[in-house]
Amino acid sequence: MIRAVIVMNTQGKPRLVRFYEFQPPEKQKELIRSIYGVLSSRADNLSNFVQTDAMFGEDTRLVYKHLATMYFVFVFDSSENELAMLDLIQVFVETLERCFKNVCELDLVFNFVKLHTILDEIIFAGQVVETSSEEVMKAVDEIARLEKSTNPISIVTKSVAGRLGR
Amino acid sequence: MAGVVPSATAGGSSSNRSASSLVDSLFQPSLDGMIKSLRSAPGGESALIPRFLSEIRREIRSTDNDTKGAALQKLTYLSSIYSIDMAWAAFHALELLPSPNPALKRSAFLAASLCFHPSSTDLLPLATHQLRKDLQSPKFSFSVPALHLLVLSSSSDLALHLSDDLLSLLSSSHTTPHVRRCAAAASLAIIRLVPNYAHGFLPKLIEVLGPSSPLLSAAAGVFCELVSSGDPRAYLPLAPDFHRVLLECRDNWVLIKILKIFARLTPLEPRLSRKLVDPICDLMRRSSAKSLVFECIRTVFFGFPEQEAAVRLAVEKLKEFVAADDDSNLRYLGLQAMTILRKDQSWVVEENREAIVKSLADSDPNIRGEALRLIMSMVFENNIVDISAVLVHYALRSDPEFCNEILEAILFTCGRNFYELVIDFDWYVSLLGEMVRNPHFIKGDEVERQLIDIGLRVKDARLELVRVARDLLIDPALLGNNHLHRVLSAAAWISGEYIKFSKNPLEILEALLQPRISLLPSHVRAVYIQAVFKVMGFCIISYVNVHIASDSSHDVDKNAGSESLDAFEGDTSKPNSPVGLSRMKELLTSKSITYILNLIVTALAPFSECEEVEVQERACNVLGWIHMLDGVEWKTEDGEWSKDSKIMDISKIMAGVFSEELGPVSVNAQKRIPVPEGLELKENLSDLVLILGKDYIPPLPTISISLQKPFHSEDKETELTTESTSLLAEHRKRHGLYYLPTDKGENGSNEYPRANDSTLSVNLDNTEELLKLTDQSLAPRKTKPSKARPTVVKFNEDDDLTTYSRHLKEKKEGLLTGAVRDVLLFGEEKPSSSQKILSEESAEKMVLEISASSIADSLHKEDFAVGEVEHKISNSRKSKHHSHGKERHRHHRKSEDIEDKIHSTTKRGSHHHGRHKHMQKGESRNALLDVAPHTQVVQDLLL
Repeated sequence: MIRAVIVMNTQGKPRLVRFYEFQPPEKQKELIRSIYGVLSSRADNLSNFVQTDAMFGEDTRLVYKHLATMYFVFVFDSSENELAMLDLIQVFVETLERCFKNVCELDLVFNFVKLHTILDEIIFAGQVVETSSEEVMKAVDEIARLEKSTNPISIVTKSVAGRLGR
Repeated sequence: MAGVVPSATAGGSSSNRSASSLVDSLFQPSLDGMIKSLRSAPGGESALIPRFLSEIRREIRSTDNDTKGAALQKLTYLSSIYSIDMAWAAFHALELLPSPNPALKRSAFLAASLCFHPSSTDLLPLATHQLRKDLQSPKFSFSVPALHLLVLSSSSDLALHLSDDLLSLLSSSHTTPHVRRCAAAASLAIIRLVPNYAHGFLPKLIEVLGPSSPLLSAAAGVFCELVSSGDPRAYLPLAPDFHRVLLECRDNWVLIKILKIFARLTPLEPRLSRKLVDPICDLMRRSSAKSLVFECIRTVFFGFPEQEAAVRLAVEKLKEFVAADDDSNLRYLGLQAMTILRKDQSWVVEENREAIVKSLADSDPNIRGEALRLIMSMVFENNIVDISAVLVHYALRSDPEFCNEILEAILFTCGRNFYELVIDFDWYVSLLGEMVRNPHFIKGDEVERQLIDIGLRVKDARLELVRVARDLLIDPALLGNNHLHRVLSAAAWISGEYIKFSKNPLEILEALLQPRISLLPSHVRAVYIQAVFKVMGFCIISYVNVHIASDSSHDVDKNAGSESLDAFEGDTSKPNSPVGLSRMKELLTSKSITYILNLIVTALAPFSECEEVEVQERACNVLGWIHMLDGVEWKTEDGEWSKDSKIMDISKIMAGVFSEELGPVSVNAQKRIPVPEGLELKENLSDLVLILGKDYIPPLPTISISLQKPFHSEDKETELTTESTSLLAEHRKRHGLYYLPTDKGENGSNEYPRANDSTLSVNLDNTEELLKLTDQSLAPRKTKPSKARPTVVKFNEDDDLTTYSRHLKEKKEGLLTGAVRDVLLFGEEKPSSSQKILSEESAEKMVLEISASSIADSLHKEDFAVGEVEHKISNSRKSKHHSHGKERHRHHRKSEDIEDKIHSTTKRGSHHHGRHKHMQKGESRNALLDVAPHTQVVQDLLL
């Protein structure tokens, strides 16, 4: 099972945090900090796996990818294949790329909800349920269409903001 | 933009409630607005967050759903990114769940899924109805989050109410495969939460385990989780289904999961491996996906290491991994997979030796670590000396972290199971001495423990121990390194305790009293002073004894003399002492005794006023003794021994004090002490067992030190001592050979170089040389060790304790496995045969375990709803299974025939006998369940 998905930038600021087992907030903070501590100490050309027995319990490890200013981190246990998880990060990043076109850190900062929508389409309760970024995009677009048809929040705030901005 | 920045409206309050909520919604910053102001905040985000939080707290109570929704969204963001607790808002998230607005509803679900806290799940029953509605919703964008919330809640109440909906979602053909996959994943959580529901869900999951099922990947994932977390034995009946998927499925994700399942099952059912070898080898050859190939390799290594051909192929593939110069991931995983193999497959490591040794110099710490582990796994009695020597030198050139990893690995490997690999303790002890001189060395605790432990357990190593301890103590440079203080403490203790093996006690005394010991922490200094005491005592006793012995030709009171001689065990006049009588006489003159007494007084006097009580007390003890010796005439000018009765008395008392030998004590020693009469132990404490029973963890075997009469211990030891003295005699004849490693090279001299001198290393400038060295050492050598292993004192019971904790763990899993067994063995009413695929022994065990009581238990479940569903499903399953059965029967007929031929007749006979036995057992149970006993098919299908 996948235990956690964390996306953070190279300064250690988290951009997406999803734990699939309950962790109290203080513990979450601590885990993110210790993961960042490990990752930031690793040079670029090294392998992408880190044993995390001390952080997440026996037999767990994480796989990460360092892309531009971001770390994409998946934590998982022995029922997942290491290389498959590496591929899954690729699927996730590909989907982000499809979704945002030339995705950059700012996209992740301002699309908090969408990021979760995408991730939830790929991983459900720690289990991988979809591995095709095309299918994921279809679902995400469908949700977006559904929400757009009736979304007063964005309309109101945007119009107000627009008016006051003038 | 001004409107989106948090403004003074935060503090504004209005008497008109509706007006205020309107104002709120107009001026409420959106999530984007909040993020922007957080990013542009001059004083950093942390200053702004409390302000936003208080704003959110106000907004979230708004009656306007949009305001509430936006506030919740902001809170979700803050909580998720800044790890702020939002359990308090759980109720507000539930409030928004029924919202007709899809965006609001989804953000409420997201908030709920992120903030659910075990403490807030008591709110969830409030949402039961809403969740049911959403589960039944045709829109996947609602049903999936609802499922997620159900999983996260981990509330058995909710599971009870919603399991029917989950079941129908799982089986419905109207819902999309995606939703059904999620439902399958959710059912895993439900089964884990309420094991009884396995009766309902498992048949459904088994049903979708077909190669063409859209839910296959999810079902395989669920079974993989179940098999790896519970008792895999319960899932053996499903092996034919998994096998079919393995043959027919082309999805790598699914295949990986199936392989993982088989890796767990094959150790339980060796006959499976025959069926699996071909398809797995086929996959390895054919597949281009590295992940799948890697999983195959792992399955082969883990599941059937005895299948020669498969292991060969796996190793071929593994070589590609290890040799992947451009991909450190593959190299890392390749090395890691090799560690799965057992010791008897050392040829794999041997074949890859070159790559492994090269990896020791890799820039990736992961790879280096795995390489080190592999090398250590290949250490045997015959190569431990060479490999350790190479590694200790290698450590000198490594970075500090890896250097200590290497040293730790050596310490662990050599110290394992009472030093079982170490034959030559002299070598090992001097290796320890060499190790601590590594400039990066930080493992002082472990070296301290081992030095003392060896001293206590291995009598024959004491001579060399004292020599190593002397070299450590005498070096003033070591005192400045605080990682070495523990080691020095051990060295001081050893020199004090085993001073009789020292060549020159005076030298050790000087080392113990050197001015730089002020650098030591007080607890170590206390050990030093105690050692000084022992050495001093030894010197005085020896002085007396030596002169009595030499004067024995003259008129000496023989009785008094021999008495003190005996009292000091192993004293100088005995043949096994390293120092001859004449040498001792030379060393211990009246002059030298006076000198050491003066030295001690000068060095310890300041400590008698030390703030540390331990140090002060011991210093005062020593000084007190010396005070008693005041006025003793050590030697008259004419060389005649003065028979001062005072000195005789004192030396006799001292001998009495120090003659007791310290030895290792079994952790169970306490048990052997008979309970004194009248002492009631069980009366009041028996209740405690019940309380503590669950989480009592037995103490790890450790050594404690106690006084022990040297020759009055157990029978075992008395028996050993005669043996060991002869060993020691033999050893002494040749001890010169073992003091220093033979490959010392250009250093040549017997003196150790200065501490932390990195030029010590033999110049291994590139890995090639290391390779050359390991070349000889890794190759298994058949030659018998030239030297007999000395006795290591240990107690049999020490080992028993380690198995104890394993026992406790096994007890834990239970409920779920029991439920799964019920389903797989009985629930589907295809009982007796299915479990026959188990090996005879395990099957028999199981029959006993699943007794009538547990069947009755499962029949008496009061959960009507689930019971009904289960019934229906199992009926449909039965008919379906039947048709499957025929098909498979045909499919496997051929291979069975072949196997029949291979089997020898005698084997076959015994086999039949076993089957027969099971039939009988099966029948009796079937009578109970009222099921036709006609189902031998399944076993034949599989094998």
